[in-house]
Amino acid sequence: MTTSTGKNRKGSTGNPLDHMPRTAPDSSRAAESFMLPQTAPVQLVDPDGRHVHNDMYPLPDGRQLLTAYRQLVIGRRVNDQANALVRQGRMAVYPSSHGQEACQVAAALTLGDGDWLFPTYRDTVAVMARGVDPIQTLTLLRGDWHGGYDPYEHKVSIQATPLATQLLHAVGVAHAAKLKGENTVVMAMCGDGATSEGDFHEALNFAAVFHLPVVFFVQNNQYAISVPLKHQSVAPSLAHKAIGYGMPGERVDGNDLAALLGVLGKGVDRARAGGGPVLVEAHTYRMQSHTNADDATRYRTDEEVQAWLPKDPIIRMRSYLSGLHLLTEELEQEFAGDAEQVAARMRDGLNAEVQVDPEDLFRFVYTNPTPQLREQAAKLRDELSRESL
Amino acid sequence: MTATTTSTTLTFAKALNTALADEMEADPTVVVFGEDVGPLGGVFRITDGLTKRFGEERCFDTPLAESGIMGMAVGMAMNGLRPVVEMQFDAFAYPAFEQVVSHVAKMPNRTRGKVKLPMVIRIPYAGGIGGVEHHCDSSESYYAHTPGLTVVAPATVQDAYTMLRESIRHPDPVVFLEPKKLYWSKDEVDLPALQARWGAGGAAAAGPRIGRAVVAREGSDATLITYGPSVPTALQAAEAAAAEGRSLEVIDVRSLVPFDDETVTASVRKTGRAVVIAEAPGFASVASEIVARVQERCFHSLAAPVLRVTGFDIPYPAPKLEQYYLPSVDRILDTVDELQWEEA
Repeated sequence: MTTSTGKNRKGSTGNPLDHMPRTAPDSSRAAESFMLPQTAPVQLVDPDGRHVHNDMYPLPDGRQLLTAYRQLVIGRRVNDQANALVRQGRMAVYPSSHGQEACQVAAALTLGDGDWLFPTYRDTVAVMARGVDPIQTLTLLRGDWHGGYDPYEHKVSIQATPLATQLLHAVGVAHAAKLKGENTVVMAMCGDGATSEGDFHEALNFAAVFHLPVVFFVQNNQYAISVPLKHQSVAPSLAHKAIGYGMPGERVDGNDLAALLGVLGKGVDRARAGGGPVLVEAHTYRMQSHTNADDATRYRTDEEVQAWLPKDPIIRMRSYLSGLHLLTEELEQEFAGDAEQVAARMRDGLNAEVQVDPEDLFRFVYTNPTPQLREQAAKLRDELSRESL
Repeated sequence: MTATTTSTTLTFAKALNTALADEMEADPTVVVFGEDVGPLGGVFRITDGLTKRFGEERCFDTPLAESGIMGMAVGMAMNGLRPVVEMQFDAFAYPAFEQVVSHVAKMPNRTRGKVKLPMVIRIPYAGGIGGVEHHCDSSESYYAHTPGLTVVAPATVQDAYTMLRESIRHPDPVVFLEPKKLYWSKDEVDLPALQARWGAGGAAAAGPRIGRAVVAREGSDATLITYGPSVPTALQAAEAAAAEGRSLEVIDVRSLVPFDDETVTASVRKTGRAVVIAEAPGFASVASEIVARVQERCFHSLAAPVLRVTGFDIPYPAPKLEQYYLPSVDRILDTVDELQWEEA
């Protein structure tokens, strides 16, 4: 742990992601204040693409940032393409993460192969960045079944819709891993609205009490559908809630890919080393409506949205990497081509007519369908066979 | 069960405790947790001695939060363990209801069977113990109405042991309802023989009970269909009826989901009359479902409408009033009398 006070420390008494403080530099503050977040969100690259020094978080390696930037470009294209597919009637609905792509990419990239990701319905880009096939990822929204992929293949749980409920599943996976002696870290994602749910509280408390390797990652995009953060919480920040559970909390600029990789990466490393859970709050903004069925103009001003445009995660990372001459025009074109390939795959997959099988209604409710379900399936089969005569 | 030299007197509670211990011994992935289940052994002592014997990683107390217990169990089951969780009382399980309905019941279906949730939700349930409010609910209908859940309620000491072991080995989530008033009931049990059947053969060798009702008493004039805490009451009613010259068959349903239509239907077709008995409020209940199923399948064998003896459609009453609420021998016999015998 460093004891020097960098310009971004602003009164922080220690590294919030270290488990125990050695000494509190300011003796008037309680020893546990190391659990408090820094007074401002951690930022390593500012909106103009300039490096911001931070004593606790070194800037990730340029090559690592370039790889992540490619995912950022793909993620933005995925969001745009998904919106278009909803307009064309190919998907029922799409909760876009436009503007939050840096959070999505960093959540996936900071995990190792054996780790688990627990996403919400808005985390499609994170699911894909972890390696799940785009069509499988979007099957839930295509409307032919409520899942789409095998959670064990990439260790990505099925996207959760009831808020904060998946955080407890993440805790359970981590707890089982700990009991089995596996070196697994679990990334548990939720939004700002979900922090009001009881399951958020129970999940953080359980993870802390059982000292489990979970990184709770809150994407604070300022809105829960129409309700702004001030109606969810008057805590100094969502990251401040961590100290109430006895775990460190940290705030990070949610549009700064470098800072996200730094803060989440440190949380993952700490959890893997046996340091227990952490809470990371990313400050970001939902640039689009909740879903295509929502109308954000009813509850927020255009000026507010416009103010976030210059903070876009892609713009600043492009500017930073170009400044380093790591991102060339050729690479930019290559990444755009990769993104276009994913979009084309999404179009092909979602424009294809899917054959649904009515027997699927009954097939997976139980490992062995009950006599009652077998009877109902037979009746439906009989009904359908007579219709087709 | 035939009494032998190894026969011992076992309580319902001890049978459950022994089943947990035997399954934890047989399968290192079985973990037990909940509120006060650790050193205390649970408020009903069902987990007595497990922490001491298997360590606090295998049987442990959690923070006091039922949704947390249930949600964590989902994740543990996803990751290769077989959690057995205790909801301390029926009405204390409601904070976990969202996890049960939205995830426990749906996760295997959502993932097309890729994710299995082999977990057991133990719930001390129902009344008859003079409990204060929130301690006596018959909540089985909520679970039985939720597709994806397997719901069982043993009524005998032997079934308590065998069904809990079978539930722990079941590939799908099981809501295991333990009638509180039967915890202290006793029976002569050849425990070593029961345990021996759980060797390599598992549930198949032990005689599967999930999905299988049982004829608890044979009879020819009418069928009493019941489960859980009302089984002993129905057997007493059948005994009393026999003294009056009426032969009542008693079916212990014991597995609410899946439901054993075959055993129930065979009995009612034989007797031509039926009364369904359950403690829960009757409206929109498991008892209602049983009546409907019997009526659909046995209409031409019925000499009278199928009747019910259930709890009233009221919140569970205060201890001094529960005697008027619970299905009693008298209410059962009075209802049997209404099965249009004069027209037979």
